[in-house]
Amino acid sequence: MLRYIANRLFWFVPTILIITAIIFLLLKVTPGTGVMAKGAQQINPAAIKQLEHDYGLDKPLYEQFGLYIWHAIQGNFGTSFAFRPQTVSDIIARTFPISLKLGIYATVLAVVVGVALGVIAAVNQNGILDYFSVFLAILFYSLPNFVMGFVLILLFVVYLPKIGIDLHFNVGGLQSWKDWILPTIALAGSPLATIARFTRSSVIDVIRSDYVRTARAKGLNERQIVVRHVLKNSLIPVITLIGPIFAAVATGSFFVEAVFNIPGMGKYYVDSFVAKDQPMILAVTLIYAVILALMNVVVDVLYGFFDPRIRY
Amino acid sequence: MAQTDAPVPGQPIKQTDGVAVMPTGGVLGREQEVATELSVFAQKKPRSLWGDAWRRLRKNKMAVVGAAIVIIFILLAAFAPLLAPYGQSEVVDVRLARFGPSWLWPMGLDENGRDIWSRLLYGAQVSLLVGVVSQVIVLAIGVPIGAIAGYYSGNVDNVLMRIVDVIYAVPQLLLVMIFLAKFGPGLLNIFLAIGLVSWVTVTRLVRGQFLTLRESEYVNAARICGASGSTIMFKHLLPNSMTPIIVSLTFGIPTAIFTEAALSFIGVGIMPPQASLGQMVGDASDPGLVQSYPHILLFPVLAIALIMLGFTFLGDGLRDALDVRGED
Repeated sequence: MLRYIANRLFWFVPTILIITAIIFLLLKVTPGTGVMAKGAQQINPAAIKQLEHDYGLDKPLYEQFGLYIWHAIQGNFGTSFAFRPQTVSDIIARTFPISLKLGIYATVLAVVVGVALGVIAAVNQNGILDYFSVFLAILFYSLPNFVMGFVLILLFVVYLPKIGIDLHFNVGGLQSWKDWILPTIALAGSPLATIARFTRSSVIDVIRSDYVRTARAKGLNERQIVVRHVLKNSLIPVITLIGPIFAAVATGSFFVEAVFNIPGMGKYYVDSFVAKDQPMILAVTLIYAVILALMNVVVDVLYGFFDPRIRY
Repeated sequence: MAQTDAPVPGQPIKQTDGVAVMPTGGVLGREQEVATELSVFAQKKPRSLWGDAWRRLRKNKMAVVGAAIVIIFILLAAFAPLLAPYGQSEVVDVRLARFGPSWLWPMGLDENGRDIWSRLLYGAQVSLLVGVVSQVIVLAIGVPIGAIAGYYSGNVDNVLMRIVDVIYAVPQLLLVMIFLAKFGPGLLNIFLAIGLVSWVTVTRLVRGQFLTLRESEYVNAARICGASGSTIMFKHLLPNSMTPIIVSLTFGIPTAIFTEAALSFIGVGIMPPQASLGQMVGDASDPGLVQSYPHILLFPVLAIALIMLGFTFLGDGLRDALDVRGED
């Protein structure tokens, strides 16, 4: 086990380096991602030269890359092009906690409701509750998160208040605890559906197994069987979903934060693309890639921990 | 793979349409029973995989609804120039900007005084084009690479799969965004970006299929008969890998449509004056505008939701229908 973890972590570093190199190259070897937006570039060539020198853009590529890695390890990702004079690290330190909080809320909601929906569907297989859960899951699954966000806004902020049901949601950013509710639902939607579908098929598999029949033969009631015997084993495959779910929540936050005007890292990331803010794009992409790769290692290790049949 | 359902003696014959014929031993005599079984065969043409899938698909209500939605959108997009009273960025009247739905303009006018219904039609065109063209690129790159990796395995496989792993490690949306940041927005670049990034899924699928199938007996037989590598790959292995490829395509289309809509929504996808559903949502999403003129946001949001629902329902049904091992 320890050897396995060590091995995974050993390969983790080169993977991240290669990803960084690819993204770095993609962004550097291109016109239009310079220090200034395209239109502004004609203003003063000398000033732009000076700026490029300040940012170290006149050095050869391999030197830039080496310096970037060296600084990145120390937590310095350079100064933002678009939000000068703020450094990228400052912006991330300010916005990341907001995105993290939203992400955690959404993940918890997705796991709790998703598992519940999946179990309800499986226990009532082919019953009305099953069809209802499956329909709800496919609805959530197919609606892209930003569309879901706008559907929620249109419903709860625009149309329901018109017919007298005003729950006093507003979309002007995060002022009270209530403003977290709609973004959390929008972000949780598609992972929730994935978890529900996965849990359903996994529970159905386990319900048919011999030891569940034995439990039934012993005279245990249905509730005990589901909670004590079925749930524990059927949730093992669901653990593999943590990685993809995290990816969905992380990338989903770009759009959900844009929809609900949440000043998180996702919104800044999106803005940095529109502004072609190279240091921001590079740094935030890297952060996402590192976190996701790390999550995948964690998931693999967890999987072996929960399912003793797996040996490394 | 088993494409014909030969009846196993003593087992009930699985029937797809009409009543299930159960050889109920007690009621009918053995001869009658056999006669019934035989008459079924006399009436039935041999059933193909596609015939079976089609029958199962038709029985799935959600899939039928999905297919209907998809067909309606395809028709709307195909005949957009005929159905749209205005051009995609034609301003009807600036003074009437944000005018609500009326007999003259069924979905109203947007914040610039353009007809929302006309823009919606052209936007649907973009969505469907992105869905289809990007998947063609995905197929063109993904299938050959997966086929080569799976068939030759060994070092070739190792090198190709490490490349795939690296691309797979970064969320695809991030790579598409970086590609667009590099090459600029526009329809053509969106095709390329989505195509060049998402082929890895199909590659992994095809490789997995080929790895298992290449050990099967009929491939061995073909090899003994002297079939060349490419013949085995494209005549024997590929046709037997079709179903997972089709299923992955039906989910690739809505994913690509979503990607385009999301990118245009944040302003790095389709650029005006060309209309796109995501871009319409983005333009209408100003909080002040939403409260007073929700119709500008409502129709494009509904359109994206419907397209996504249609394709997902259809894809889901198709996966169940094509799954040979599926329990009816």
